[in-house]
Amino acid sequence: MRILVIEDDLEAAAYVVRGLRESGHIVDHASDGDEGLTLALSGPFDVLIVDRMLPKRDGLSVVSKLRAENIRTPVLFLSALGEVDDRIMGLKAGGDDYLTKPYAFAELLARIEVLVRRSNPEQVRTRLTVGDLEVDLLARKVTRGGQEIDLQPREFRLLEYMMKHAGQVVTRTMLLENVWEYHFDPQTNVIDVHISRLRAKIDKNFKQPLLHTIRGAGYSLRAAD
Amino acid sequence: MLPINLLKTSTFRLAVLYLGLFAASAILLLAYVYWNTAGFLVRQTDEAVQAEITGLAEQYAQGGLPLLVHTVIQRSRDPGESLYLVLDPAGQVLAGNLDVRPNVQPGSDGWMDFIYSRRTLTGVELKAARARAFVLAEGFYLLVGRDVQERREIESLITSALIWAIALTVMLGLVGGLFMSRNMLARVDAINKSSKDIMGGDLSRRLPIAGTGDEIDQLGQNLNAMLDQIEALMIGMRQVTDNVAHDLRSPLNRMRNRLEVTLLQDMSPDEYRNVLECTITEADHLLTTFNALLMIARAEAGSLRESMTNVDASAIARDAAELYEPVAEESGFKIHVDVTDGLHVRGNRELLSQVLTNLIDNAIKHGRPADEAGPDNDLPVIEISVYLDVDGRVAMSVADNGPGIPEHQHTRVLERFVRLEASRNTPGSGLGLSLAAAVARLHGGRIDFSDNAPGLRARLTLPLVSA
Repeated sequence: MRILVIEDDLEAAAYVVRGLRESGHIVDHASDGDEGLTLALSGPFDVLIVDRMLPKRDGLSVVSKLRAENIRTPVLFLSALGEVDDRIMGLKAGGDDYLTKPYAFAELLARIEVLVRRSNPEQVRTRLTVGDLEVDLLARKVTRGGQEIDLQPREFRLLEYMMKHAGQVVTRTMLLENVWEYHFDPQTNVIDVHISRLRAKIDKNFKQPLLHTIRGAGYSLRAAD
Repeated sequence: MLPINLLKTSTFRLAVLYLGLFAASAILLLAYVYWNTAGFLVRQTDEAVQAEITGLAEQYAQGGLPLLVHTVIQRSRDPGESLYLVLDPAGQVLAGNLDVRPNVQPGSDGWMDFIYSRRTLTGVELKAARARAFVLAEGFYLLVGRDVQERREIESLITSALIWAIALTVMLGLVGGLFMSRNMLARVDAINKSSKDIMGGDLSRRLPIAGTGDEIDQLGQNLNAMLDQIEALMIGMRQVTDNVAHDLRSPLNRMRNRLEVTLLQDMSPDEYRNVLECTITEADHLLTTFNALLMIARAEAGSLRESMTNVDASAIARDAAELYEPVAEESGFKIHVDVTDGLHVRGNRELLSQVLTNLIDNAIKHGRPADEAGPDNDLPVIEISVYLDVDGRVAMSVADNGPGIPEHQHTRVLERFVRLEASRNTPGSGLGLSLAAAVARLHGGRIDFSDNAPGLRARLTLPLVSA
């Protein structure tokens, strides 16, 4: 993937750029808003990682300008401003996701994957499959190997989100944001228990596990390759 | 002489502007008065003369020159204010009460204004007159007019009265404006002076209030309220800084020591990895504490007030209970949800959820009964409820069956970083309840504790709003 990082804190930028390169991406870096805008306008990128506060032109303005030029490249905002209002402002300016500093690198990586996938949407599907696990979104029915599995409403939403991002790493924060709509981290790791309950329902009686724990990052739903 | 800064004040400028408008309308009004008094006199004179001319013209038409002369002679005997003069072509006076033909040219409207002399008992008097003159057939000359001396005097009296009135208006307006301006200026000056002192660092100073309740007083009161808020913020900020310095320094120091000691000895990559992972965990913990502190500071500063909307407290409680139910069960608790539906409050869903999850978290950590597994072997219960209390406020409460908190400690646990002796060994930052208290205040509510017999009941009460 080709990624543009617009970040004025050189040390933070070096860390992100190095991490992304090690994960196999091609990364460009701009250290102020004007340079970032020029680069973003000139080259095709798969994802832009944009800091909110930049010299010369702030991150919001870079993204609004790009959107005004009809450039739809997915944008992930990085910011030290983590209030709900700041997040909403970022998304209103045309950002697709918002990550508050400090963040874990695994979180950033997982979100980039999700963003890129989201920007190439397949047609809306009402039936999702991973291996022999099937979810019918209309009938709200879950079956595995033809066997029906009974889920609570929240478990269903959790599974739906995991299915929609099958094969990708999904972090606990992403689950909290998307399944529970909370933008804070509860003190106890409540998500782990929800996941293990879901796992008990969809994996327990089957030989092939589908719901995997990714150490230091989160979870991933995928069939064995 | 006027002080320069008086001329520069907006009050003075306003006073001058009003004065200008006032003077203009006064002049208009007085012009109207003039037109109706002095103007009326002139018109009346002209009409009287005109009537007489019409009368004489009729005589002339009936009886020719002789009748005209006769009439003039007759009228001249008792002339009143009227003036007559008839001359023959040679310039000899035939009749009338004027001695000579006035030596002025008629104006474009045919009227002549002139001065004539009249002998009186005491001497000769010069008087003003207004007349029209005609040349009749055969070169005879006729003048009909009126003495306007008295009217002129009245007219000039009116005119000078009007001019004085205008002058007086302007004078009074100017003096009044200056007086008003100077008065206002003194109060604004006092406010400016106090502001300078406050900017100079004396944050406890307040602006003077005259007690009249007018706009300047209101301005002063608002500025004072603003200063109160700023002062409170400064104090809050100082407290946060002190606490951060105090409570983040020791874990940071611990982290630094650990890393330093690790570097001193040779270790296997696995051991290094282990130390690094511990350090990341510790850093995360520090960041959580730091975020919680910032959150409390922001909630206390009230800057989150704009993000508040009408939210469903019942739904918030259900969601939080649902999020924690598996964890609670795993830790050996039973969650009991007793929520009255449809209770709305004005607030921020994130903050209220965070407070509630903090309270549930506390219940899970501290809500275990002292004698594990009671006689009937029931699981300890965490009760999450939302209801309308006796005062008509929305109460969100979390109750457990643990050892509770002694009553004299109830307010102390709301302070930052306070962790009671009994909980020293459980994980936590000691900030959860401080955040709860700050959020409660932000929402115009309060948090309190009571005995759940056995256990602790923490309750957040908020004003009800309609859905």
